[in-house]
Formats: sequence, C-alpha cells, structure tokens
Amino acid sequence: MEFEDYYKIMGVKRDATQDEIKRAYRKLARKYHPDVSKEADAEEKFKRLGEAYEVLKDPEKRAAYDQLGKNWKAGQDFNPPPGWDAGFEFSGGGFTGAGGGDAQAYSDFFESLFGRRAGGFAGAGSRDFHARGQDHHAKILIDLEDAYHGATRNITLQVPEVDSAGHVITRKRTLKVRIPKGVKQGQQIRLAGQGAPGMGQGGNGDLYLEIEFKPHPFYRVEGRDVYLELPVAPWEAALGGKVKVPTPAGVLDLKIPSGSTSGRKMRLKGKGIPGKQPGDFYVQLKIVLPPSDSKKARAFYEKMKQELPFNPRAALGV
Amino acid sequence: MNDEILNGLLLDEECMLTLGELSHACAMHAEWVMELVEEGILEPSGVEVSHWRFAAPELHRARTVMHLQRDLGINISGAALVVDLLDEIRVLRQQLDRLGEGY
Repeated sequence: MEFEDYYKIMGVKRDATQDEIKRAYRKLARKYHPDVSKEADAEEKFKRLGEAYEVLKDPEKRAAYDQLGKNWKAGQDFNPPPGWDAGFEFSGGGFTGAGGGDAQAYSDFFESLFGRRAGGFAGAGSRDFHARGQDHHAKILIDLEDAYHGATRNITLQVPEVDSAGHVITRKRTLKVRIPKGVKQGQQIRLAGQGAPGMGQGGNGDLYLEIEFKPHPFYRVEGRDVYLELPVAPWEAALGGKVKVPTPAGVLDLKIPSGSTSGRKMRLKGKGIPGKQPGDFYVQLKIVLPPSDSKKARAFYEKMKQELPFNPRAALGV
Repeated sequence: MNDEILNGLLLDEECMLTLGELSHACAMHAEWVMELVEEGILEPSGVEVSHWRFAAPELHRARTVMHLQRDLGINISGAALVVDLLDEIRVLRQQLDRLGEGY
C-alpha cells in the first residue's frame, strides 16, 4: 500500500484554510468530472480527488492525517503505525457522493486509516420490508468489429457488498454478455435482474451496460457511419482502378474513378454498422507518394519533372 | 464464474422507457424526473404522466444531470445548460475530427 498525499492531489499547501480547500475541490471537481472532462483518466482523478476532499474537508480527519503525514511522501510504501488514531474520534457518516447506486470505492490507503464505509442495509431485515434492488451501471469497451458481427464478451465488475460484519467489501464479478449485432456508441444494454439483490420479496435491480468503442487505429465512427482514410498511389488516383479496402465486415473492392484527387470522398452504401437502417462506410482518398530513396525512383521523378508540364500552384497565381 | 451467456435488451432508438423505469435506473424519485421534464431536459412522448415514454438516449442525459447535481452541486437549470453545452461540444468535436482528416 502506498502513501497518498492528499494535499498534492488537491494542489493546496499543507496550511491551506478550509475555505481554500473547498475552493480547490470545486475547481478540480469541475475539471475532472467524468461527465464533463475529456481527459483520459478523469474518472480515476475524480475518485482520488473525492477521497482527498473527504479527508481534508473534515477537520477531525484532516488533523489525524496531518499527524500521520508529516514524514511521508506520496508513493512510499505505507502501513499505518499501531495506535496512530488514538485520541481522534471520527464522527463517521457524511461521505461525499456515496449514494445513488454508484458506490464509490476508496483506496486501500483510505480504508486502512478511516475504515470502510459502513453498510447501510446490514441487518435491515427486521420486519416485512420489501424493496427492489438498485440498478447498477457500467461502461463496456468493445471493438467496432463486435458491432458488425455481434459477440459474446466477458465483463468484470467491481461490486460493493456488505459482509457479515457490516463492512463494505468489493467483490469481482464476471459476466458473459451477448453483444447484439448493430450496437452504437452510447447505447445501453439492460440486463434484467443483474443489478443489486432486492430485500424481502423485492426483485433484483437491473444492470445497464453502456457501449463504448475502443479507439480504432484507422476507422472513425459517427453513429452508424464508419469513416476511413484510404491511402492510394498517384497512378491509382490518376488512372483509376480497383483497390482493396479494409472494412470491419471484411475486405471489399473499390473502384476508383480516373482523375480522382486527394480528399475525394466515396460512399459504400450500407457497409457501416448494421441495423434496420444500416450505416454507410465512407472512404476518403489520400494520395501517398512513393519514396524517392533509390536511384531508380529519383530518376523516375526527374523524368516526370521534365515530361509533365504541371504547376500545382497555378491556382494561386505563382 | 457462471458460464451462462446473458442476453440483454438493447435500448435502441425504438426502445422507450416508462417514468418508473427511468427513475429507477437513476435511483431517483419520479418527482425528480418530472422536474427534468418541466425544465425541458427530457422530452417524453405522451401527454399524461402515466403515458410518458422516454427514448433510450434520455437515460444518459438524466444520469448526467444526476451526477452534476450530486458531485458539483449544480441546480437543475444549471445542469440543463451543461448537458446542452456537452451535446454541442460533442457535435463540434466530431466536426473537428472530420476536418482533421487528411492532414
């Protein structure tokens, strides 16, 4: 377990006032909020920020942390010294943002100091109480190819659970899920009864999986349409001809009209993501020059220079 | 691990959610969803509340508002503005991607 420097995470000095801490939190929370931020690791940063604020906003926890933190640096291997928290009393409760089915996971570091979040539902089964379990939400990263063909994917979820002692523990749960053909980015799959267990005779909640495509090295996706920049040789563009085009559905032949220019767009109707209204596959031509790194190639370029009267800047008047 | 393959329901364009399903999926009260409709953030089909049906993408909007309220303390009107701006940014980013091609 590594020591976490909560002051560093929040970008405040160790003697910052509570107001400064609050302001720093508000500012960073806006910056790293996973629904707003475009930063790749926003979710992780937001979680760590929430944890840091959890400690620093509470004068009791902050004092205990300060007491402990004098000699530690972030990333150092850490074990809480015995009796470190003697003389402090944590009022408990008041964890930020822990409601609403998105149970927040704290780091091991946090939990070793302040304990795990007390389970709200432990021992609640006194009388006839029935409630449907909470719905859970998760994102699932799939390949674009999966949307074309459908697939079965294993997904692993971190599920917070309440153990017999009333502590919240995180359990790994793996599910095999069928990804239907024709899914789009942002769509959700609802798995009935795969959410949190209900209480009494209340049924289980549902599990919602939001589809997200892994970034692809050469395809770009918009809705059901798929875009590809296709490199072609100058003679293929000039003379026209058949070239091979990779698509997630397999390799296709594309006829390039003679006299094509760089940037020309061509549409392969219905070759996008399948569906009742299948998307289209768009190809944009990009003319690529053969390298002039051999004697033969250089001689050939020389010949073109001499024999082809061509001024690419004619339209610019120079 | 259970070897059973789970078949879910794909919430595509044609899939509609009821007020109950939407509020449960956000772990919020129906009154909260009604506030979002009042504010124009969600636009269900159907006139009477009991006939309201929400298109599946509305679930994502509703949950974004829920997160913004909870994590950043934004009120409903502020959150409405944020989700509109987020939609706009998404469209602009796609246009930027498109323009960026070939360079």
